[in-house]
Amino acid sequence: MTTAVSTRLRQGTLGTSAVRPDANAKVSGSFAFSSDMWADGMLWGATLRSPHPRARVVSIDVSAALAIDGVSCVITADDVPGQLTYGLIAQDQPVFARIGDEVRYVGEPVAAVAADHPETCRRALAAIRVDYEVLDPITDPEVCIAGTEDLLHPDGNIFREQRVVHGDQSITGEVVVEGTYVIGMQDQAFLGLEAALALPDHDGSGVELYIATQWLHEDRKQIAACLGLPEEKVRLVLGGVGGAFGAREDISLQVHTCLLALRTGRPVRIAYDREESFYGHVHRHPASIWMRHHADRDGRIRRVEARVVFDGGAYCSTSPAVLVNGISQIQGPYKCPSALVESWAVRTNNPPCGAMRGFGVVQACFAHESQMDKLAAAIGVDPVEIRLRNAMETGDVLVTGQIVDDVAPVERCIRETAALPMPPLSPDSDDYRDIPGGSGLTADRRHIRRGVGWGVSIKNLMYSEGFDDYSTARCRMDDGVVTVKFATAEVGQGFVMLAQQIARSVLGVDEVLLDTIDTQIGSAGSTSASRQTWMSGGAVDAACRAVRERLLDLVADRDGLDRSSLTIDDLDITDGLSYRRSVVDAARGLRIDETAEYRHPPTEDLDQNGQGNCHVAFAFVAHRAVVDVDVDLGLVKVVQVATAQDVGRVLNPLSCVGQVEGGIAQGLGLAVMEEIVVADGLVRNPSFTDYLLPTFLDAPEVVATFIEEFEPKSPLGAKGVGEPPCISVTPAIVNAIRQATGRDLPRVPVRPSDICL
Amino acid sequence: MSVLVPRSLSEALDLLRSDPSATLLAGGTDLMVEINLHDRRPRSVVSLSRIDELKTFHVGDDVVTIGAAVPYADMEHGPLAEALPALAQAARTVGSPQIRAAGTLGGNLGTCSPAGDGLPVLAALDAVVHVVGPDGDRHIPFNDFMVGVKRNSLAGGEIIRSVSIPRSDCWQGYAKVGSRNAMVIATASLCLSRSSSSVTVALGAVGPTIIRAIDAESWLADACDLSLKVPSDVASEFADRVAASARPIDDHRSTAAYRRHAVRVLARRLLERSES
Ligand SMILES: Cc1cc2nc3c(=O)[nH]c(=O)nc-3n(C[C@H](O)[C@H](O)[C@H](O)COP(=O)(O)OP(=O)(O)OC[C@H]3O[C@@H](n4cnc5c(N)ncnc54)[C@H](O)[C@@H]3O)c2cc1C
Repeated sequence: MTTAVSTRLRQGTLGTSAVRPDANAKVSGSFAFSSDMWADGMLWGATLRSPHPRARVVSIDVSAALAIDGVSCVITADDVPGQLTYGLIAQDQPVFARIGDEVRYVGEPVAAVAADHPETCRRALAAIRVDYEVLDPITDPEVCIAGTEDLLHPDGNIFREQRVVHGDQSITGEVVVEGTYVIGMQDQAFLGLEAALALPDHDGSGVELYIATQWLHEDRKQIAACLGLPEEKVRLVLGGVGGAFGAREDISLQVHTCLLALRTGRPVRIAYDREESFYGHVHRHPASIWMRHHADRDGRIRRVEARVVFDGGAYCSTSPAVLVNGISQIQGPYKCPSALVESWAVRTNNPPCGAMRGFGVVQACFAHESQMDKLAAAIGVDPVEIRLRNAMETGDVLVTGQIVDDVAPVERCIRETAALPMPPLSPDSDDYRDIPGGSGLTADRRHIRRGVGWGVSIKNLMYSEGFDDYSTARCRMDDGVVTVKFATAEVGQGFVMLAQQIARSVLGVDEVLLDTIDTQIGSAGSTSASRQTWMSGGAVDAACRAVRERLLDLVADRDGLDRSSLTIDDLDITDGLSYRRSVVDAARGLRIDETAEYRHPPTEDLDQNGQGNCHVAFAFVAHRAVVDVDVDLGLVKVVQVATAQDVGRVLNPLSCVGQVEGGIAQGLGLAVMEEIVVADGLVRNPSFTDYLLPTFLDAPEVVATFIEEFEPKSPLGAKGVGEPPCISVTPAIVNAIRQATGRDLPRVPVRPSDICL
Repeated sequence: MSVLVPRSLSEALDLLRSDPSATLLAGGTDLMVEINLHDRRPRSVVSLSRIDELKTFHVGDDVVTIGAAVPYADMEHGPLAEALPALAQAARTVGSPQIRAAGTLGGNLGTCSPAGDGLPVLAALDAVVHVVGPDGDRHIPFNDFMVGVKRNSLAGGEIIRSVSIPRSDCWQGYAKVGSRNAMVIATASLCLSRSSSSVTVALGAVGPTIIRAIDAESWLADACDLSLKVPSDVASEFADRVAASARPIDDHRSTAAYRRHAVRVLARRLLERSES
């Protein structure tokens, strides 16, 4: 096989900070997000939602809404022609709640309207009369675990119960530490709200949907089933996506928008506002995790025990998979010969929970990293030393029995993080922006105590447990013009840029066109699980390589050259002797078209003892957080986060730093401010007034370094970079606050009152 | 919905006289939230943004007068900030730069939220709210102006023209607690002003109105000589008394216990800051 030989990196190829094709438009404000979409003759759609966490729908009267001028149609469950429910794993979530059935969370869709103006929609929704028989909600997961006759759904109240029994069960440790840790419900809080535009076919036999999603083909499968249409009659095109973080994996407005368009025969657009968005998508699972670590006198972990409870809310979504991710990595990036884990993901009348960046591992990591600091204290060593003593290496075994056969540079992550410079002890300036409380001017430097904390994590990459998780890409070279096509959802991560980088590197061209991202090609799988660089990167790479081989064949034939000596060098094809011609030039008159699928090695389900090779690969990262705490007021300023991340290979330095900085901000949010406050099933803060995200004044200085050990399992040698940054940073920050305050702080987000009262 | 854009105060008053139900619009940073998020649907709107008189301020020898439509951005720096440092500090905590470029004191007073950041400053500095209306002018001490949660004593058809604050060489300071380092609604706030013989203290976000801690104010003036450093035990008791005057509640932003605690800490710290 020929390979591109190049000693220097050409700008725009792999390894360089290539400029994103969407960068200018996004920065200058001209990029069309899905909420900007528009069609002539378009109607607006809107959704009526349940105000109750649990109630039986007694009757729905839409007549008054239909009578309003400008209202085109009102639809309910009776108007769903196909399957009445959808879902990623179990199809347990109704398109609309049916009369006689229960609504199971606040915000569950009951009806939808299409009208000539959003204001007409608002009035129509207000005119729909729904009689509910209000029922007592179950909002405590423990009620479901204890077992109750009161079933919230025909599928039952438990999404998954999973034990992990690993190694010698009689092992106990000379040193034992334990604790119960609670993680609040975090929102993905993407900035680009849910929006879709559906265009019905002229004969009403099908529909085209422009949609901001993470996975076009999975959406299409679920939408077609609910519409009662064959999949080829439902065509999806990716609308501009303003962030995802897991919240666009599930169906939200897709089916409603298509139904309204098919019913009215007109284009219909639905766009959520921020409040509706809080009800319209799943969130990160709130969790309660008890852990006990057994260690020998030197602090080497001998056994972990855990009881893990994830509240999945009203519908299944990805709860079973989130749970398995959490418990299969509950030992953290550490050696651990023995484990006993009991775990549940349960149904309640709380908001549905599903995918969010870190997918179950965030919760587990908060528990194990809190435990590591307890263990360090019990042994009398510092937090870095306890982690080094236990650091996992290639060949070590997870509590699931799976051997970690990846590059596993845990020790390097820790040591290289520790080597990064610390921030100055106390900045010379008294700028209020550097002090906890910020512009509130609540403190002077002398009120502040500093803490340093650590967190280290392991995160699986790609889908797990036997999932056929493939990706497809097509590469064409027409007359020297290269076009790449894929269905990979660009959600802001920059795959559009990476695809161009790959094509430039493999094919020796600078110009790479990208075709529309839609369902006119095979699936790319989901933009989640840190998988697209590996999976769709692998597919694009394979398609481009196939084109390159074909190109060299054709050129050899045409120009009478020795095929085996032809290579692409920089922008040229050469035989290493006298023949040298630019690729673009040599490709004149040639048409090559290759499609490739990339698959990772198969994985298996866990057995009843939680044993099995359920994951594909793993990435590791260490975080060190430096925080300043106003101990009397409980206010925190994260001064600096240092991190060394195992990435296999840096394909785009700027993009890697972007993922790291963003992930750290998101992990910081969970540590000290981001929480959907739910009381009796009601969301108390569905707005950015009260759901607090870190601002620039809250975001810390980030000092990052990347550990590049080429991952042989990965097609490009690179590991996914997206999730790891947001995982161990949360416990690192909380461990730092613990160090500064001496408080236990078993719960995130840490509230001011947790520190000072 | 109609939006009318008068060029003078008298024109605005006329518009209000002919349509007393019209809604006033200044920076819109509260009103637009009401419209976009809380389904408020005013029939007609009278915008104050083109009335020059409302957008001017005057720093006099005895009193500072600030037009109702002066944005916070103008209070953060310059002559207003020099004359009224506590107001500058409060202004700096409001929202983000975009909000401070638009939001006004008139709007803060119109909304009259207990968490409004301008209000504790007006309360502690004994500001007077000047109002024009169909029945003539009124001059209302701030402490009579705010009557409840989002309730003020404006009558129909009245417009806030300005706020005046007496000048003094008192030390003054403002501090605000929220669970984010910027862009956050106060969970507790406090403004303290101190002369050589008296202090005034006003609390925000810990009761239905801004609260003047009158009891603590007079106790402190009696308990020590305010021209000297306040002894530590006196400062502690002062802080306790300020905290006792708060009437906080539990809500999704915080707890009553934390709010009361925060007020105690802020009272102590601002008293100390007044000596540094
Ligand atoms: C993102 C964001 C962050 C915010 N952060 C803060 C904060 O940190 N602290 C804070 O205190 N506030 C904050 N606010 C609220 C708001 O900015 C302030 O209350 C501001 O002072 C309102 O002023 P405005 O000119 O925008 O008022 P508008 O929205 O124009 O008006 C508010 C109300 O006052 C009435 N009104 C306006 N002018 C007059 C007048 N001259 N006479 C009579 N009535 C009048 C209006 O009719 C309306 O009812 C925030 C708002 C947003 C959107």
